Amino acid sequence: MYNFDFERPKSVADAVKALQTEEAQPLGGGQTLIPTLKQRLAMPSKLVSLAGIDEIKGVCKDDQNRLCIGGGTVHRVIAEKAMSEGFPGLTGLASKIGDPAVRNRGTIGGSLANNDPSACYPAAAMATGATIVTDRREIAADDYFKGLFETALEEGEIITEVKMPIPEASAYMKFEQPASRFPLVGVFVARFSDRVGVGVTGASESGVFRWTEAERALGSDFSADAVKGLSVPADGMISDLHGTAEYRAHLVGVMTRRAVAAAQ
Amino acid sequence: MPKDTGIGASPKRREDVRFLTGDGNYTDDINVHGQAYVHFLRSDVAHGRITSIDTAEAGAMPGVVRVFTGKDFEGVGSIPCGWQVTGRDGKPMQEPAHPVLAQGKVRHVGDPIAAVVADTPAQARDAAEAIMVDIEDLPAVVDMKAAVADGATKVHDDLENNLCYDWGFVEDNRDAVDKAIKDAAHVTTLELVNNRLVANPMEPRVAVGVWEKGTDNYTLYTTSQNPHVIRLLMGAFVLGIPEHKLRVVAPDVGGGFGTKIFHYAEEAFCTFAAKACRRPVKWTASRSEAFMSDAHGRDHVTKIELALDADHNFTAVRTETYANMGAYLSTFAPSVPTWLHGTLMAGNYRTPLIYVNVKAVFTNTVPVDAYRGAGRPEATFQLERVIDKAARELGVDPIELRRKNFITEFPYATPVAVEYDTGDYPATMDKLSEIADLSGFDARRKESEAKGKWRGLGVNCYIEACGIAPSNLVGQLGARAGLYESATVRVNATGGITVMTGSHSHGQGHETSFPQVIAEMIGIDESMVEIVHGDTANTPMGMGTYGSRSIAVGGSAMVRAAEKVVNKAKKIAAHLLEASDSDIELKEGKFSVAGTDKSVAWGDVTLAAYVPHNYPLEDIEPGLEETAFYDPANFTYPSGAYACEVEVDPETGQVTIERFAAADDFGNVINPMIVSGQVHGGIAQGVGQALLENCSYDSEGQLLSASYMDYAMPRAADLPMFTVDHSCQTPCTHNPLGVKGCGEAGAIGSPPSVVNAVIDALHSGGCKIDHIDMPLTPSRVWAAMTGAAAAGHGTAEGRSVGGEV
Repeated sequence: MYNFDFERPKSVADAVKALQTEEAQPLGGGQTLIPTLKQRLAMPSKLVSLAGIDEIKGVCKDDQNRLCIGGGTVHRVIAEKAMSEGFPGLTGLASKIGDPAVRNRGTIGGSLANNDPSACYPAAAMATGATIVTDRREIAADDYFKGLFETALEEGEIITEVKMPIPEASAYMKFEQPASRFPLVGVFVARFSDRVGVGVTGASESGVFRWTEAERALGSDFSADAVKGLSVPADGMISDLHGTAEYRAHLVGVMTRRAVAAAQ
Repeated sequence: MPKDTGIGASPKRREDVRFLTGDGNYTDDINVHGQAYVHFLRSDVAHGRITSIDTAEAGAMPGVVRVFTGKDFEGVGSIPCGWQVTGRDGKPMQEPAHPVLAQGKVRHVGDPIAAVVADTPAQARDAAEAIMVDIEDLPAVVDMKAAVADGATKVHDDLENNLCYDWGFVEDNRDAVDKAIKDAAHVTTLELVNNRLVANPMEPRVAVGVWEKGTDNYTLYTTSQNPHVIRLLMGAFVLGIPEHKLRVVAPDVGGGFGTKIFHYAEEAFCTFAAKACRRPVKWTASRSEAFMSDAHGRDHVTKIELALDADHNFTAVRTETYANMGAYLSTFAPSVPTWLHGTLMAGNYRTPLIYVNVKAVFTNTVPVDAYRGAGRPEATFQLERVIDKAARELGVDPIELRRKNFITEFPYATPVAVEYDTGDYPATMDKLSEIADLSGFDARRKESEAKGKWRGLGVNCYIEACGIAPSNLVGQLGARAGLYESATVRVNATGGITVMTGSHSHGQGHETSFPQVIAEMIGIDESMVEIVHGDTANTPMGMGTYGSRSIAVGGSAMVRAAEKVVNKAKKIAAHLLEASDSDIELKEGKFSVAGTDKSVAWGDVTLAAYVPHNYPLEDIEPGLEETAFYDPANFTYPSGAYACEVEVDPETGQVTIERFAAADDFGNVINPMIVSGQVHGGIAQGVGQALLENCSYDSEGQLLSASYMDYAMPRAADLPMFTVDHSCQTPCTHNPLGVKGCGEAGAIGSPPSVVNAVIDALHSGGCKIDHIDMPLTPSRVWAAMTGAAAAGHGTAEGRSVGGEV
């Protein structure tokens, strides 16, 4: 990696200030950024570690039955707390990211800020209609994800919290890419009293998306059969070494049905 | 009763103590006082002409000792190729120059252009980025068939074309084979790809070059499977250093799988630069560099035809193969698709007529060379796949079709120039049927179907030629090296023994298994024997470890040296016992006079040899140390039968391996635990090839699978518990231990059984598919099931790029 300055502030306010330096970059759990630096594919002037900021760590439930997850919370903690707060679908997602080392370092804020098209959390954020809270505003999930590695975040903006409405039933099904074991296609299904959310990651050239046709069908009949006849078009799906666009489109249907079955 | 010592016992691997406690001494652990570090600037384009290189800025950067380019190596030799294949036209293969650093052109992504030596690795890397290189892009030659078409861009401007050789074997059989196929009652044809692989040993390659000003002696520490071969190739052909002035050390090596056999440019660079810079120079490959500079494996595109008569006897086999050589000829590359492949096309079967045609092709890709099995997996895969397809076409049981055609009488001379000494193919098939519980398959299939899964059973046989090889024979076939092995058995005064072997262990467990042989011969404890290998300064000229040759060839050399030691020790014992040496017996570490109770201990004899006070000095020399070189009379022919059961998810095409059984005949077995471990590792690699691993280039010659994010390695969770058996033993007839070798069997035998099983599962689900090319990823299986297009699939022509999907 190239040389850079390093700061480890204790508060969000100090972190925001530290990020005002040109080419400064926040460092969450470093699960993407550190390998990128090691390959010399990024050259920040300064890394601002968010690991020392206690105020953005932890998980609680608010009075609107939302799971409020600090942006600096690691996957292992989310997996544990989501279970005890009655959100096993999110536990299923967080507990299968990477391996134990990744789950003890990687953070939800880091994942959402990076918005890798194959990341797991964006599917849950979209399906549940989460709110992304930053140091300066609140952003609805539908407005937050802007495409591959693109988000609504401004320079130096830090995700402090993610507020995820807790569904009555939910499940995440991912079909793993054979090499990276990231989702080739991942589908998060969340059933609420008044609606169903379906978030799809890994599949589209435009990044995570809601499969609204399936949401409508599942809203009136929450069963795997309800989406059996539905399909997403292959047009616009990712095609690479590991799967054609047609295959990904097909898997969206399969994984959605399996997620619905698992959420029953 | 299992033995607890000597041949046939399974003592735990003594080397694992240091490997598992972080106490190994790998090449990267070696740091020489004052060493500098090299960073190679590598080509990021597949093919281009270097129009200028400006190193001025780089050379002035902090810590930089010197910047090297191809110009600095103009007076240095080319990286040599160790095997010359002669084509059908009687002319030797086209053999391009292979410079240490690129001269004029770059020919694959990863081709080294320049090198910076600096005080620290980071400084070397920083300066390498400051080198200004102008490259005029040339069209990349990637597809093998396009590469040999008229007017194709040439990888090497000074060669006639991109065809390295067009080899026919056995050329005299050609017309007869053509006629047999024309006249056959049934011909089964299959086109297939043997996918390109990256070996990925856990330890990347490392080299440390040292030059001593006071003596003009050089030392190279390197991650090699054969340090003497490196010393000869690099010393004699590249750098012009006489062997007595060059020491090559290959210390603990963390896996090789073939890819560490070869002499690489980085080794020559570090040795050369150590003198040029008057400082030791060290290079440690990153994993990214390993992907684009370690020789790759396999990469064949083949059409095979199997002819059968009305009674389903095999009457002829004809194959046409395109074999990718990559951009340069790696050390043994030409031999892999020819002599290590064509000679195995008889397999376990009585096929009277065989013709093999191989066209080796230069492309703008990383050089391809031997990888675990080397040619033999390619032969086994095509033969065992076409037999399975034939059985399906004819509506006969694939096992019975194999049994009907088994070779049953030995020695057996094949129509492809080799003679199998021993084997019992029905016995391994019977054993497989038992350990794989083949009779329970139908019930297991029903269980799978109840879960919504399709279950398939794949069975195949394999034969391999190991223990390479008789030197005079391989010399006739074009090898530029002998393939004997050496050992020195040094008995110390107090009875302990040091064996210096030319074999090299990079995971095989020689330090444990070799002492078992000595312990058995002399009747002493294994702890009294130490194995030394990997250093040209203290071992006799040896050829190293590959081709499952260590115990068969290296072990035999050790036995011959130990026999000389024992014969001499008997003379000393006879003197001490005042008896005739013909009456002396060695048993359980004691020399005794036959028919008497007079005896003298091993340690007393060894002490006498070094303290020769009461000693027949007029008849024999003091000391007890012998060296032997062993040149095998023939290859060895391990064989076996494998069975794989898979489940296919009909919704996703995902394949999971549910059961895997291997019945091998390795002849006599020294350490059954180590042998099982070798088979386990081999199967894991074979399953990796069959389901996961795919080294893929795009049409521009960019390596798509350049990291573990895209190159899928097999992991523990991808594999079931294996059932392996090596109780079927037909000992080799021509080496003193009766051993055959076991290192490659798993990787050779497993890919066809996996693919056969998947095809069987698909048929059970109503998908009548003949073949899917490896790796059988979910995407490919689903595409085959649904008839969907998968890019790069269809004809062999379309698949010769490596298959983008």
